[in-house]
Amino acid sequence: MATTAAVVDHATHAHADDRSFIRKYIFSTDHKIIGIQFGLMSLVFLALGGTLAMMIRWQLGFPGKPMPLGSLLPETMAAGGIMLPEFYVALVTMHGTIMVFFAIMPLLMGLFGNFLIPLKIGAPDMAFPRINMASFWIAVSAGVLMMAGFFVEGGHAGAGWTGYAPLSARPDLSGVSLGQELWCLSLIILGLASILGATNYITTVINMRAPGMTWFRLPLSIWALFIASILVLLAIPILSGAAIMLLFDQTIGTNFFNPATGGQPLLWQHLFWYFGHPEVYILILPAMGFVSDVLACGSRKPVFGYHSMIYAIISIGFLGWIVWGHHMFQSGMNPTLGMTFTISTLLIAVPSAIKVFNWMGTMWRGSIHFTTPVLHAVGFVAMFTIGGLSGVFMSSTPVDIYIHDTYFIVAHLHYVLFGGSLFGLFAAITFWYPKMFGRMMNEFWGKVHFWLTMVFYNAVFWPMHDIGVHGHMRRIYDPSQYDFLKPLAPVNTFISISAFLLFATQGIFALNFIISWFKGEKAGRNPWKDTGLEWSTPSPAPHGNFEKTPTVYNAPYEFSVPGMAEDYLPQDQKADQSRAPAGAGH
Amino acid sequence: MGWIIPHGVSTFTPEIDRLYYIILVITGIAFVLVEIGLIYFSFKYRAQPGRKAHYIHGNVTAEVIWTAVTAVTVVIIGIMSVPVWNKVKGRNSVPAGALAYNVTAKQFEWNVGYPGPDGQLNTADDFKVRNQLHVPVNRDVVLEATAEDVIHSFFVPAFRLKQDVVPGMRMRIWFRATEPGPYEIACAELCGLGHYKMRAFVTVHTQEEYDQWLAERAAQAQSEAQPSAVASR
Amino acid sequence: MANATMMGPPAETQPATGVYNGKVGMWIFLGSEVMFFTALIGSYIILRFAHPEQWATPGQALNIPVTAVNTFLLICSSVTMVKAFAAIQDGDQKGLRMWLVATVLIGATFVSVQVYEYVHLAHLGLLPSGYREGSDLANAAASGVAWKAGPALPAAVGLYGTTFYTMTGFHGFHVTMGVLCMAFVTWKAFNGKYTVADHRGVEVIGLYWHFVDLVWIILFTIVYLM
Ligand code: HEM
Ligand SMILES: [Cu+2]
Ligand SMILES: [Cu+2]
Repeated sequence: MATTAAVVDHATHAHADDRSFIRKYIFSTDHKIIGIQFGLMSLVFLALGGTLAMMIRWQLGFPGKPMPLGSLLPETMAAGGIMLPEFYVALVTMHGTIMVFFAIMPLLMGLFGNFLIPLKIGAPDMAFPRINMASFWIAVSAGVLMMAGFFVEGGHAGAGWTGYAPLSARPDLSGVSLGQELWCLSLIILGLASILGATNYITTVINMRAPGMTWFRLPLSIWALFIASILVLLAIPILSGAAIMLLFDQTIGTNFFNPATGGQPLLWQHLFWYFGHPEVYILILPAMGFVSDVLACGSRKPVFGYHSMIYAIISIGFLGWIVWGHHMFQSGMNPTLGMTFTISTLLIAVPSAIKVFNWMGTMWRGSIHFTTPVLHAVGFVAMFTIGGLSGVFMSSTPVDIYIHDTYFIVAHLHYVLFGGSLFGLFAAITFWYPKMFGRMMNEFWGKVHFWLTMVFYNAVFWPMHDIGVHGHMRRIYDPSQYDFLKPLAPVNTFISISAFLLFATQGIFALNFIISWFKGEKAGRNPWKDTGLEWSTPSPAPHGNFEKTPTVYNAPYEFSVPGMAEDYLPQDQKADQSRAPAGAGH
Repeated sequence: MGWIIPHGVSTFTPEIDRLYYIILVITGIAFVLVEIGLIYFSFKYRAQPGRKAHYIHGNVTAEVIWTAVTAVTVVIIGIMSVPVWNKVKGRNSVPAGALAYNVTAKQFEWNVGYPGPDGQLNTADDFKVRNQLHVPVNRDVVLEATAEDVIHSFFVPAFRLKQDVVPGMRMRIWFRATEPGPYEIACAELCGLGHYKMRAFVTVHTQEEYDQWLAERAAQAQSEAQPSAVASR
Repeated sequence: MANATMMGPPAETQPATGVYNGKVGMWIFLGSEVMFFTALIGSYIILRFAHPEQWATPGQALNIPVTAVNTFLLICSSVTMVKAFAAIQDGDQKGLRMWLVATVLIGATFVSVQVYEYVHLAHLGLLPSGYREGSDLANAAASGVAWKAGPALPAAVGLYGTTFYTMTGFHGFHVTMGVLCMAFVTWKAFNGKYTVADHRGVEVIGLYWHFVDLVWIILFTIVYLM
């Protein structure tokens, strides 16, 4: 009993901090608080980006009809409740921008990068806690700037989330001046936050692993976050450079993208996609990592092919740099390059396929407990597969001639980003919620949310393949302008109604999230009986995380080790020597 | 509906559509295997009292097999794509003797420049028609396309043809239509607030019809140009 | 990098690499900076290859001797930085302060010369957008006569002005940030915050400083000499 007392003593010691409220919750340097701050910020942006999508869907489903509540919008956005084309392009642009940069990316990297890395590697905090705090507040200011764009004269940026020049560089051609400048400025500032965050994460993983936490004992979530951080570190500065050039073209008359003086519009596309393709892997790798963790725990089995999963992550990280041209097949780039980019793009499908098969292998002969996080994880595998397969169509250059810039692309990117990243995030949020707030989310409503989301999500995005194959262009304000699109109008209406239902369904998640925070069932240290280090500390984890620095003895996913009473062996628990599990010695 | 591509009327159609359907079958098989597998595993291996998960870390043979199968499949798809791509967009793909037209894209219209009665493009008797491209059937056609302001994308769904038109660059877009009729040209690259209505038509004529149309239009253009010698571009 | 000294790991944990966090972090951060300058230099290369005619002969529009001296100064500041680090390794507080002050001053001089150069060039007629209308350079280019005993100036220099100001400007921005952080480190040095045992802040800012120096040597070569 003496030892227990000592532990308790330690725990209270870790708790006893006399930081003021502001230091503890606002300008906190605790990685868990910063993570949750990032999470709340991004969830707000997620809701906002979703709201924009609803307006887009209204216009597409019911072109030219007054929007419900549309009369609340100023005349510059909707005349008599009917959306204007200039507002539509701003909506499309901001929906993409917000979702990619202010919702999914900060949820994956800001929330979970922060929350999980120190907890899972057995560190008391990040390597640079103050820089971490700065990173969050820089991101907030970028968000404020981005929002400001809605209220300026000329409206918000309207050149798509990809900001193709010269449209984005020429206020006289787009009708947007300050909005587009704010867009650039905000992305540059957000880039700084991301780079600081990535520096922090990489240093932390390299330097602050607990004793015994070797590289091949790191959970896949940490591997994925680590590689994604490297991609952030190296890709974001390219975007910053490009955005600075664009900002200069807009404001001080430089000529980077101005064809009249010898500048090159395609230079923007090369820079943007040289950043952009690594970026899409930043948006999926962490989700893949979370899903691996959740699936192993849910199936009570070690991850199938742990090592090849790591090599797949690494090779995706490498190959991601040599495929950017697949976004530019029809751009007028040298057609011979198109061939090279086809091959590299098809090759990147291989590690993605390996991961899918390994997830299935993990479920194979498991003992799967279908809790809400596990449902979302299986849903992730099912949906990501579809997105990966549709990618194959587009990587074939001739087929891409036809489907490029159609709704087929929109379907693809939503299957990987919503079906992939967001389902992965739902799995992660529901899985680690108890560690964040000390309470469980409601399982019943969690399952209702999952199933409704699954149904409506597919109702929204599956038909988009179809209208894409019929030539339906993306970023079109009014499809009824074209005769060949007229027969597709009922499909558009169906998609829109499904989208409204999908959006409404997310209310269940929001309520579950908020109510569980106060009323949820209290979670113990390890509600899922998982093996990760984070589960060895109280929920929520105290400032400083661990009562004493853990020592790691085992590979990350030692579930159902034969001959053991419990079906899980935590990483920091020494196995009975005589029956040491395989893989423990890695 | 479904995953069927609508009817197409250019020489590219059969090849691109064939490739599309091949990929559809291959990915379709992968899709069915994975989704059925997931559903089957979800039922078969759901937690049941008294059963423990199988303790296994992987299987090198299985992993090598599925990696190799995937790699070979995608490489085959890549190899099949090469000739079709080269035919449509390759460096020297434009057939010799193709009928040439100028296409100038600007917010938010497509202007087509026709060779006048002399049959030569870029001579004094050229004439322009807004948003109307008229071509003869079964003839190779090449569009010398430029953009005046921002990037547009010349898209004719019925021809399976799409090419971005970038200011400061000259794009050579070629095709050969196989069935007479009117078809729609769309802009596929966001080019500003009027992007959605940057619509034009391509009319594929029989040769006789086409000759007649061209002669009429050329005469009309001539008579319009006569009174004021100062061309208004 | 400014508060490098505060970035040490909590006392109990031993860094896995044996190198303290601040130094590891700075190396990683510099990786990001490399990519940033790669984007700028890469764009420069692409633009210049497409339009070589827009580039003036080296030394014609830009003043090489002045910038060469400035480059020499910046290299000197790397030397003083090394000296500062060597001093504190020997526990020489006075030396540390002296060499840090020297580094700050030289860095500030470099930036000042650059500002002077900008003002001068703008006056002469080179702007980020190209020639300034009615300026000496614009007139000389329009008349096609030899300029400053060299060949005639390019008819248009839109890309030349664009890349020149953006590349040197962003480097100047980095030097300015470096000077500010260096001033902060110097202030701490005057408060005796660095010791033989722990002078991480000096080392970390030194890494950044040498990097910025190195970038300048590359930029000077391609922007001024090529
Ligand atoms: C199997 C792997 C994948 C392949 C082969 C693939 C292939 C492609 C190709 C060829 C395009 C360009 C299509 C076009 O514009 O014509 C594309 C677009 C896109 N992909 Fe993927 N992709 C894959 C996975 C992913 C993943 C994992 C993500 C993100 C999580 C992603 C996100 C996107 C997005 C956002 C776009 C559209 C960008 C835009 O134009 O707005 N893809 N993909
Ligand atoms: Cu990509
Ligand atoms: Cu357009």
